[in-house]
Amino acid sequence: MSTALRTIRFTLNGEAVSAQVATHENLVELLQGRFGLTGARESCGQGLCGCCTVLVDGTAVSGCLYLAALVDGAQVSTIEHSKEGGLDAVQKAFIECGAFQCGFCTPGFILMSRQLLAEKPDPTEDEIRHYLSGNLCRCAAYPEIIAAVRRAAEMRRTEKGAMVIRD
Amino acid sequence: MPRLEGHAKVTGRAEYIHNLVLPGMLYGKIFRSSVAHGRIRRIDTSAARAVEGVHSVITGEDILKVIPRPYYGPAFHDQPILALDKVRHAGEPVAVVLAADPHVAGEAAQRIVAEYEELPAVFDEVEAMTSKALVHEVLKPAGTFPDLKHLEGRRDTNVALDFHLRRGDVARGFAEAERVFEHSFRTQQVLHVPLEPFVSVAEPTGESLTLHTSSQTPSFVRIEIARLLGWPESRVRVRVPHLGGGFGAKVYVKLEALVTALALLSRRPVKIALSMEEQFYTITKHATTLRIKSGVAKDGRITARECEVWWNGGAYADIGPRVTQKSGFTAPGPYDIEHVKIDSYALYTNLPAAGALRGFGIPQLVWAYECHTDMIARSLGIDTLEFRRRNILREGRPQATGTVMRDAAIDKVLERLAARMDWGSPMARGTGTVRRGRGIAIGFKASISPTTSVAIVNVYADGSASLYCSTVDMGQGSDTAMAQITAEVLGLPVEAVKVVHPDTDVTPYDMGTLGSRSLYHMGLAVKRAAEDALDKLTALAGEVGLSAETTPVPDLFRKRYGMQAGNVVGVGSFIPSYKSPDHDTGLSPDVTPFWMVGGAGVEVEVDAETGRVTVTKLVNVADVGTPINPRIVETQLSGGAIMQLGFTMTEKMEFDSGQVTNPSLADYRIPGMLDIPVTIVNETVDAEQESGPFGAKGVGETATFSVSPAIANAIDDAVGVRLTSLPLTPEAVFRALRAAQGNPLKD
Repeated sequence: MSTALRTIRFTLNGEAVSAQVATHENLVELLQGRFGLTGARESCGQGLCGCCTVLVDGTAVSGCLYLAALVDGAQVSTIEHSKEGGLDAVQKAFIECGAFQCGFCTPGFILMSRQLLAEKPDPTEDEIRHYLSGNLCRCAAYPEIIAAVRRAAEMRRTEKGAMVIRD
Repeated sequence: MPRLEGHAKVTGRAEYIHNLVLPGMLYGKIFRSSVAHGRIRRIDTSAARAVEGVHSVITGEDILKVIPRPYYGPAFHDQPILALDKVRHAGEPVAVVLAADPHVAGEAAQRIVAEYEELPAVFDEVEAMTSKALVHEVLKPAGTFPDLKHLEGRRDTNVALDFHLRRGDVARGFAEAERVFEHSFRTQQVLHVPLEPFVSVAEPTGESLTLHTSSQTPSFVRIEIARLLGWPESRVRVRVPHLGGGFGAKVYVKLEALVTALALLSRRPVKIALSMEEQFYTITKHATTLRIKSGVAKDGRITARECEVWWNGGAYADIGPRVTQKSGFTAPGPYDIEHVKIDSYALYTNLPAAGALRGFGIPQLVWAYECHTDMIARSLGIDTLEFRRRNILREGRPQATGTVMRDAAIDKVLERLAARMDWGSPMARGTGTVRRGRGIAIGFKASISPTTSVAIVNVYADGSASLYCSTVDMGQGSDTAMAQITAEVLGLPVEAVKVVHPDTDVTPYDMGTLGSRSLYHMGLAVKRAAEDALDKLTALAGEVGLSAETTPVPDLFRKRYGMQAGNVVGVGSFIPSYKSPDHDTGLSPDVTPFWMVGGAGVEVEVDAETGRVTVTKLVNVADVGTPINPRIVETQLSGGAIMQLGFTMTEKMEFDSGQVTNPSLADYRIPGMLDIPVTIVNETVDAEQESGPFGAKGVGETATFSVSPAIANAIDDAVGVRLTSLPLTPEAVFRALRAAQGNPLKD
């Protein structure tokens, strides 16, 4: 087996970090093995279920298919990343709407939902279904997840509205 | 009441064994059989051993050094930890490579070579009844279940268990009938697909062993591992945090015996985490063939029913024999029928083993009896709802076993289903090639009995409390429900109750988190434990001369101990009454502590040009007693129904010579966002399980029962063709349409 290691430097959840990685290592292995971040997790191993979702330079990728070496110089963000230490609207809405059961797929759904709301602040149900169709939930909390995304959109609007009034 | 573990789950910080890494840990990768049935001639591990970084390569012969009798299983001790002498299905574990780097172990496992003398194999459950290909030479019942003891030493058969029920006289019933109907049905082999695949870690700790495992049955694992090792239970510790899904896959022993042997051989912690593909070789849901025959009198009453069920159990019995019996006795459905005959057979075949999957055999039976019911009604020209009404099993009437129905709201579920489907009003049938139809179905299930649960409630000196129980929260929300029960009894806010996750060194015995049993059995044990703690607090108040009613709990402890110190510990246990069915007649006056009732109604659109079926509306109505947490109950109902939708529309394990040909989520398609009906309605009927905790009973499986036949009935309603095999693919529908036009497609 090839064991050639190379050093990569990247930003992980806002902090500058470096790591030695093997060429075959994927992003999930890097995050779990070197940084103890287990929110992105491998399940299907084929990029079909979304459990391993990680944001690289702001774009959602399947961490189980993404070679670790490729994040050299990139901004990497995981479910563990929280700016103010609290929960964002999507996370709050997932709790409020009971949008998970076993929770294994939840980080992937939350990251994809955030990306959806960044692109479309007020998505229709149909848009939510299509945008999240690459994430699988075997507990099938799909109706609750749709409700949570809509609720998060509403919360974000209210928060923004409140900010405007304060300004 | 939102789930207690919500924050941990939305931040990705919930604990799963999937995440666990221990110092010095080795990873195991499994080398699997490539043939369905064969004698092992030779296993060449030399090339694998030569790979740099390999710690060791272990075969079945090596296991014997630490576990001389390495056969396990809940019903039969038939499954070797690694294959010995023979392999019985393609994908069976034959050897394991251990290495500190999982990539090294994986690469080395591919360099193992095994040679087999291939044996004739049997795959079909009906053929297995008479096949000369024998999967096992002799039956080895585990001894756990007294009613399997008579099978000890039985030879030259693939029938692991035959269950028979005789009620009344079916010959007389058929003679009294005006019409007799007979139909055969089939269900396909599918699997659970928890998104956290099977994972177990064994950690040797001096004289003891700790198993960190994604298991629904920690107490069973401890007992079974202790038995295999010949150790006292106290030397085996089983720890289970959250599960990334279970659905019945992670019951009894799966990887635990293997990692135990590997850890003892290597004296290192060993982790095996299966890939998604490997789940397809581990445990599945029974494929079945079902034959059902009914006599119907002039007035539309069913006079007699005969059911034969063949359960394809695969190469190892797992819990299949219990499915055969415990579900078998409900095969005639929730109908009041005087003369009943049931024959139910658990068969060994050379396929991956089948066990329990969310419903424990019930969805297969409901598929048959609710299609059959609809077919009879249509044939008689009676409305399908009306035909059910005439025959429904009502409160106070005996079920096929003779057990009298209590707190089973079957008729209420049927009526609410009719109301939610607006059954009385005609529906628009569609135009052109897209035709619309609707269908209903209703099913029921007994709880698995008799089973034991024990719980401990520990009240701290500040008045907060911990609950120790071995129920596993695999997503069904049991932590929250159990905390609610504890809090309700102790008069605490739910957040003041900490639920200690299963750790057999600490949490007491529980039979397992399966069969929708936890809320009822563990719920009652928890309630009793909390009541015991409350009694002891009252006694403490008496001891220190304070009023139990008016004194805050912390003051009681302070008065007793002079400071914030001490505990009050309450213990509770529950085991329901039960009478085992008679061996010859299958009859019992007390076969279950409670009944689950689930009805489904659907509206579909069928494209007659392509065979494509779209479920536009799905209604789930259930009797869950009085729900303790209505939101979690609703998620369980819709989640169970959507899972069954997958088993109905798309999911099927495909085989070629016993080898699974679609073992990935690319080729085996589970439901995603775009597969769910636009309208999903869930309703729990107004009901109370008088014997349950605060009137509640189980719900985990209920919504799976009736989805499949409701859809087949709706397809029939829409386009007039009847499908009798699952799944209901566009191809199957299209073939049926072409056959109905007298222009069948070639195979």
